[in-house]
Amino acid sequence: MSIFKRNPDPIGPLDYSRRFSLRFTVGLTLFFLYAPIVGLIVFSFNDSRRNVVWRGFTTDYYVKLFNNDALMLAFGNSLTIALFTTLFSTVLGALTAYVLWRYRFPGKAIYEGGMALPIVIPEICMGVAMMVFFARIGWPSGMIWPFNLSAITIAHIAFSFPFAAIVIRARLESFNPELAECARDLGASEFRVFRDVVVPHMKPGLIAGALLAFTLSLDDFVITFFTSGPDTVTFPVKIYSMVRFSVTPEVNAASTVLILLTLVVTAFALRMQNRNNMLGSSGH
Amino acid sequence: MSDTATAPSTGEPIIQIKNVSKIFGGTVKAVDEVNLEVQRGEFFALLGPSGCGKTTLLRMLAGFEVPTHGQVIIDGHDMSTVAPNKRPINMVFQSYAVFPHMSVEQNVAYGLKMDRRPAKEIRERVAEALDLVKLGHLGKRMPDEMSGGQRQRVALARALVKRPSVLLLDEPLSALDAKLREAMQMELVRLQKTVGITFVIVTHDQSEALSMANRIAVMNAGTVQQVAPPTTLYEAPANRFVADFIGKINMIEGDAVKAGEGEVTVTAPGIGEVTLAGTATGKVALAVRPEKIFVADNEPADPNVIKVKGKVGEVAYFGSYSNVFFDIGLAQPLQADISNVTTDVEEITFTAGEEYWVYWRKADTLVLGD
Repeated sequence: MSIFKRNPDPIGPLDYSRRFSLRFTVGLTLFFLYAPIVGLIVFSFNDSRRNVVWRGFTTDYYVKLFNNDALMLAFGNSLTIALFTTLFSTVLGALTAYVLWRYRFPGKAIYEGGMALPIVIPEICMGVAMMVFFARIGWPSGMIWPFNLSAITIAHIAFSFPFAAIVIRARLESFNPELAECARDLGASEFRVFRDVVVPHMKPGLIAGALLAFTLSLDDFVITFFTSGPDTVTFPVKIYSMVRFSVTPEVNAASTVLILLTLVVTAFALRMQNRNNMLGSSGH
Repeated sequence: MSDTATAPSTGEPIIQIKNVSKIFGGTVKAVDEVNLEVQRGEFFALLGPSGCGKTTLLRMLAGFEVPTHGQVIIDGHDMSTVAPNKRPINMVFQSYAVFPHMSVEQNVAYGLKMDRRPAKEIRERVAEALDLVKLGHLGKRMPDEMSGGQRQRVALARALVKRPSVLLLDEPLSALDAKLREAMQMELVRLQKTVGITFVIVTHDQSEALSMANRIAVMNAGTVQQVAPPTTLYEAPANRFVADFIGKINMIEGDAVKAGEGEVTVTAPGIGEVTLAGTATGKVALAVRPEKIFVADNEPADPNVIKVKGKVGEVAYFGSYSNVFFDIGLAQPLQADISNVTTDVEEITFTAGEEYWVYWRKADTLVLGD
């Protein structure tokens, strides 16, 4: 199946992969999507202060990265924020999803639409809104770690829990209500039904939602930028400030680490989602 | 709660449904003024077309719906508004609702755990229940490793292990293939006899109801049309709906012209005037089941039969019998199930266009009102 060697068989009606138009489109999109990223990763190993010409392979910048205290502190901040965001977003998202799935109430459509708002409104607006909000209520700053991260964390929870709610809600759609009725019939209280039957079914959705919230929080720049102070720098914000001086391979290395981390977590989330769908279709 | 089944049996019915109605959304009458009694130890069936209210009625027995009016009395206690987890009743759901993340044993043990029975008792009763449904060797399996029939047995064991006073079954056989369904019908009857618990089954499949139940309530549009044992339901249906819903039947429209003591004289086109047992008045239907119709070459001399001349139309051969449609000059042809009692192919072959005398006994003729 080489691109260059000609296949002697005529192209069949379903042999899409052998048609020029398809190969061209796929090639072009892949190039535009991944050329910059591949470039970034490749140059993180470049043995040069300046990021223009390839001067040989080195992992020096990764070592430097891990010895950069300010960057490591920012990384620690990011992870802390991401962990708290994940915890709260998942719980809040699960409750929201459960309420939307379980009950019918007046204004439900409006509530559901309002829930999705943080997904559609521009991040910059959300960031400004958060900044104004915290200034207006006089949220204390300069507290000891990790409480100094509270403003950022709250902002992160606000924009990531709707994503978790959507994923968990989708999972609940495949739940067979007879399972809940059956547990009730066998003597379970409403709470036991939730704990013993609904939550086990939600589990893949909970994990996928949590991983999603984690990556959203870890990567976020815009909203964080508006809610962070000088003593609460996160990893993406730190990278941004490094770029302002010069784009060194160290920046590339830091970005590569972030990409890898996000990729791994997203892959997990996708796998959970897939299992979701498969389980959903085989069961009732 | 689980000990109610062992309570001394009294003459009082185990379930009394008194003037029960269920109205959804203020307008939709799913169940309309239903009165029913189910006796202790009965195998009772609620039979009717989809949307007739039978499932709503069952859900009111289980506690998933609260009656809009009326009372549901179970074992002498008014249960109309009691929560499902507080009722001495268990249910086998249409989808079986086997908990997918629990093993077979855990599924069966769940209800007993909710009742906080001691661990030893739970273990013994689970084993006993699994033996009862012939799954004793599969306790450690997960539900996704089992067939549909096996999962249904899990659902049965899980409900029976709680020793309810009444077991409700919602279309329990609809998801099984034909062969398994027949085997499971026998199995359910055997189970019911073994445990002696009252079974109430909901089904839209008349053969299921006829072959399993001691008594059947036929429902239509939220009301009970007739409650009777299977034979009465088939041989003496109370009205047109029941007659038409259960099995096949021929109906010839006529008028009741004279009513006597337990007798009614009916005139019908093509038949003339006949006097039959019955009480219906006004517009009536003369109804006869296809298997009660005979065919002869010459006019039958017996005065106790109703006879018409018929021309053979459609014929369907089913091996043991043939379903033959006779044109008797009315809008509806008359269908007859003729038993193929001989191997003489000539004798049992009907050819379209042939003329015969078609007749049936007056005693087998029903006079049905609306």
